[in-house]
Amino acid sequence: MHTTGVTSPERIWWKPAHKSEKIWATIAFIWCMVLFAMMPLWHFRGGQNPSGIRARVDPVAYRARYDQFVADYQVGTENGIPVVAPPAGAEVYLLGQMWQWTPILQLQQGSEYTLHLSSWDVNHGFNLYPFNVNFQVVPGYDYGLRVTPTEAGDYRIVCNEFCGVGHHLMVGKILVTEAGGQP
Amino acid sequence: MSTTAPAGEFRTCPTTGLKVHKAADALIKANAVVATVALLIGGIAAILVLLTRWQAVHLLDAVWFYRILTVHGMNMLIFFILFFEMAVLYFASAVILSSRVATPKFGWVAFALMVIGMGMVEWTMFTGRADVLFTSYVPLRAHPLFYLGVILFAVGAIIVTAVFFGTIVIAKREKTYEGSVPLVTFGAITAAIIAAITLLHGAAIYIPTFIWSINPEWLTVDPEVYRMVWWGLGHSSQQINVAAMVSIWYLLGALTVGAVVVNEKISRTAFVLYILFISMASAHHLLVDPGFGPAWKIVNTSYFMYMAVLASMLHGFTVPAGIEMGMRLRGFTQGIFGWLRRAPWGDPGFSSLVLSVVIFGFVGGITGVTFGTEQINIIAHNTLRIPGHFHATVVSGTAMAFMGITYYLIPLIFRKKVAFYGMARWQPYVFSIGMLIFSLSMTFAGSFGVPRRHWDITFTGAPFDVAFSPAVDLLLGIMAIGGLLGAVGGGMYILITVWSVFFGKPLGDDCTDVALAGTVPPGVYNRPFLELPTEDVELEEHGKLGMMPGTMILVMIFLVAFIVYYFANWKLLSAMWQIG
Repeated sequence: MHTTGVTSPERIWWKPAHKSEKIWATIAFIWCMVLFAMMPLWHFRGGQNPSGIRARVDPVAYRARYDQFVADYQVGTENGIPVVAPPAGAEVYLLGQMWQWTPILQLQQGSEYTLHLSSWDVNHGFNLYPFNVNFQVVPGYDYGLRVTPTEAGDYRIVCNEFCGVGHHLMVGKILVTEAGGQP
Repeated sequence: MSTTAPAGEFRTCPTTGLKVHKAADALIKANAVVATVALLIGGIAAILVLLTRWQAVHLLDAVWFYRILTVHGMNMLIFFILFFEMAVLYFASAVILSSRVATPKFGWVAFALMVIGMGMVEWTMFTGRADVLFTSYVPLRAHPLFYLGVILFAVGAIIVTAVFFGTIVIAKREKTYEGSVPLVTFGAITAAIIAAITLLHGAAIYIPTFIWSINPEWLTVDPEVYRMVWWGLGHSSQQINVAAMVSIWYLLGALTVGAVVVNEKISRTAFVLYILFISMASAHHLLVDPGFGPAWKIVNTSYFMYMAVLASMLHGFTVPAGIEMGMRLRGFTQGIFGWLRRAPWGDPGFSSLVLSVVIFGFVGGITGVTFGTEQINIIAHNTLRIPGHFHATVVSGTAMAFMGITYYLIPLIFRKKVAFYGMARWQPYVFSIGMLIFSLSMTFAGSFGVPRRHWDITFTGAPFDVAFSPAVDLLLGIMAIGGLLGAVGGGMYILITVWSVFFGKPLGDDCTDVALAGTVPPGVYNRPFLELPTEDVELEEHGKLGMMPGTMILVMIFLVAFIVYYFANWKLLSAMWQIG
């Protein structure tokens, strides 16, 4: 006899499934394995992974690295924010704090940089506009992502983690110049 | 036999013949009423948030936007859902098993704790002492009573789960049922076990945070550890919703069309998968966080989350298959979809069920699994794609199912006619279609990088301008229309339930005249679950499609949609900067 969801089945309900159910369960399981396989596969074959170099860092120590980075490569100032043009392969330090991203970065298309993200105060969110690339920025943690800008352009960094009432003011800037072009 | 409970403590439901403990009645009513109050507060907050994010209106200022967004999240995701789930736990244990409630006094203590906790949280939120949003990520800091309120609420909820397990034990000992517990109760047991795991995570994070909030020098709460443990609460609690919602799918199927359980083993195994794999699956909230390595992320999302995904895909088959088979057993055997064409689409219980299953699976499920992929999360994290996803799961899925079952709780538990039944027939469609438009346009807007939880995406006063594509304005406008339509559907639901409960016509013992009046959902007076065939009726096979051909075709359409959306996102990702 068939039971519904509100009637009690026999005490031993472990019975063979119908053929249709077996077919679907098999298909669903195979699909879940495909979902699983795609992630390790992309680490070997894909160009976008959130791995990075990860370490705990004291916000004061991170700030010191950031200050040194700005002192080493600063080329100007815009809206009161330092503009920094690091050489290809450099360690780049971006600092999030209520409510700004500093410094403004000038990068070269096709060059790899290690982009360090961390926060001075609360959680922030790194969102690269108009490319939709997002990372969590957590105080006390240094997230060093190896990035290669593939296209030149004038990019924005939007904060996408709520960080207080001035959250919407938190917009930063990255300028990517064409390979071999003027910085 | 129930020698310990005097017969006077029970009433016999004239509609279903179930023996109902009066204490269960009262506890279900109390929890359901407070759930509706929370839904009303959360719903008004939803409209205010919506009208602010619709940049053309931009109603609230920044301070009140984040404040009301906090109110919306807490009332909907915590208070509405959990109070309703408490009612479901009492229903699935005491009512379905015709048992007495174990220690009803503890049920009332728990209720009081939850109401007091809710009161504290509401007070801190509305007075601007907890502008930290639903997630309250440290080091954002709220008033200590905010955290204490959540703790008291959680303690109350954990007491209710204990009362629930006690009731199951009593029902077994007093032999109020024969054989095994019904599937709906089994599903509720899994929901309660997940609730226990979830609430322990909640205690593990909110107790230290509460101490820290009194004086930050007493204790340090690491922001990344907070995020990890908090999501053990924040995501696992959504899995309570899923287990409760799937139980209600089986319940609504049984009540509306006499859906059968095609195979108990498959459905029950799927529920157990939820318990085993879900708390680690919370890791998919941390895929682009600095605290965890790729191996940790892959193991937790793939191995653990995908086994829970498998469970949902199994339910996504067995629920429609049960409906199809139930309909076929009643003679609706014409063609492949005859059973679906002739289903009771005007019964709000049935339409809620179908809309909940379809939108939860097609929109919520597919987007959720895709965004929860380690690398694809890079193009989804903290954008509008995320609330687009979870409004399809929690609202179009869970809340819709909860609304559907209410149309049965009103006559069965509150003993009232459903008021404005003509409106009730339309309510699921209005609500669900509104929320569907809302979720889809949010998801699309998010793929342009529009952030979630953001007061002003025109960035007035920011040092640099950001000009989103004009398509974003259009999508946010459509989102607003969908959201307002959903709010109308939600308002209809609140009007119908409040009117029915407080001013509705009481049902007599004789339901025949009620049936003729046409005001009670037909599934109740038709007693479909009493009309099951008494012997096993074998169904003819439909060629290669098997016994449930309609369901087989529907799930294949689902699989194709899933594969297309999933790989389209990989394609989108591959166009980004090189990151590693």
